[in-house]
Amino acid sequence: MSRQSNRSTDTKKMNSELFTLTYGALVTQLCKDYENDEEVNKQLEKMGYNIGVRLIEDFLARSSVGRCQDFRETADVIAKVAFKMYLGITPSVTNWSPAGDEFSLILESNPLVDFVELPDNHSTLIYSNLLCGVLRGALEMVQMAVDVRFAQDTLRGDNVTEIRMKFIKRIEENLPAGDE
Amino acid sequence: MAIFSVYVVNKAGGLIYQYDNYVPRTEVEKTFSFPLDIVLKIHDEKVIVSFGQRDGIRVGHAVLSINGVDVNGKYTAEGKEILEYLKDPSNYPVSIRFGRARLSSNEKLMLASMFHSLFAIGSQLSPEAGSSGIEMLETDMFKLHCFQTLTGIKFIVLADPRQSGIDALLRKIYEIYSDFALKNPFYSLEMPIRCELFDQNLKSALEIAEKAGTFGPGS
Repeated sequence: MSRQSNRSTDTKKMNSELFTLTYGALVTQLCKDYENDEEVNKQLEKMGYNIGVRLIEDFLARSSVGRCQDFRETADVIAKVAFKMYLGITPSVTNWSPAGDEFSLILESNPLVDFVELPDNHSTLIYSNLLCGVLRGALEMVQMAVDVRFAQDTLRGDNVTEIRMKFIKRIEENLPAGDE
Repeated sequence: MAIFSVYVVNKAGGLIYQYDNYVPRTEVEKTFSFPLDIVLKIHDEKVIVSFGQRDGIRVGHAVLSINGVDVNGKYTAEGKEILEYLKDPSNYPVSIRFGRARLSSNEKLMLASMFHSLFAIGSQLSPEAGSSGIEMLETDMFKLHCFQTLTGIKFIVLADPRQSGIDALLRKIYEIYSDFALKNPFYSLEMPIRCELFDQNLKSALEIAEKAGTFGPGS
């Protein structure tokens, strides 16, 4: 699955079911290892964070978007460019808070949870928590501290999957020169 | 060889990757008999020529190898002091290679950190707010191009002043970094890059850049 030939603008096709299966195997193994939903949620978020800090460079290298001027622009880029590029879906950006520092991403479909049903003994498991970690890690690398959590999850009975993102602060340490 | 070297500097200013693509043309190897008519002295842990310029051996050139074996600073590969070795008539005839001393890896580390600071000064000197740092540094022998990503990593390419397409090359190196360094799970961020695939792909990218002069879309 690693790319060793020259990259064209569209990515090589991989079976998305293999991706869903891989993610499912990962979550079930974590459940077996930790036996505690809270712990699994934390681990998924951590793993997502490690993915996010690497994925951001790939995203910036391929999409050539510049620095976003405000949080609204960030939200648009995440929904329209990033999600499209990596998961092939375009969530909608809604529910802006009055201060403009919080918004929701509504996902109609979530490739991670194709064919998945949560059993009763895992009712507090946030299955797609990896995505929260990815978003947090990626934004941290571009000097934005955000809090990402699932507000609604189709696996737990809601109608849509909703990710709530809150801007906490701009990370001032280690700012790249010229970005003040 | 129109692209001379590539440096990658992390967020904190430390050098995490360096590649030299040039062969210095000014190396001379000659066989000498006792006594040596070139005056040598020690400077900065290296043995350099201080007097006796001739035949392509210039003042300031360093002793690079003795009898075909690369020297180690001011000592030979076996650990003997070079100046003592060359005072002993029994060691002659000896074949010495002189050339412009290459930068040691410590010196490169230091220079990269210094460039990182100068880059920041570049943006502070700007009359307008929100200026980028140093993007290009030009001398009569080379042009230094620098590209800083939004995450603070700097890619620096030293090339011939006439070489074009370096901007595209810098973006290409960024892609190669995001592919072969970052997607390697065993590579830790901000650490020196020791990934073979990264080296290989970087070398082929440099070759393409030198030949074509530029990168086309979709490459």
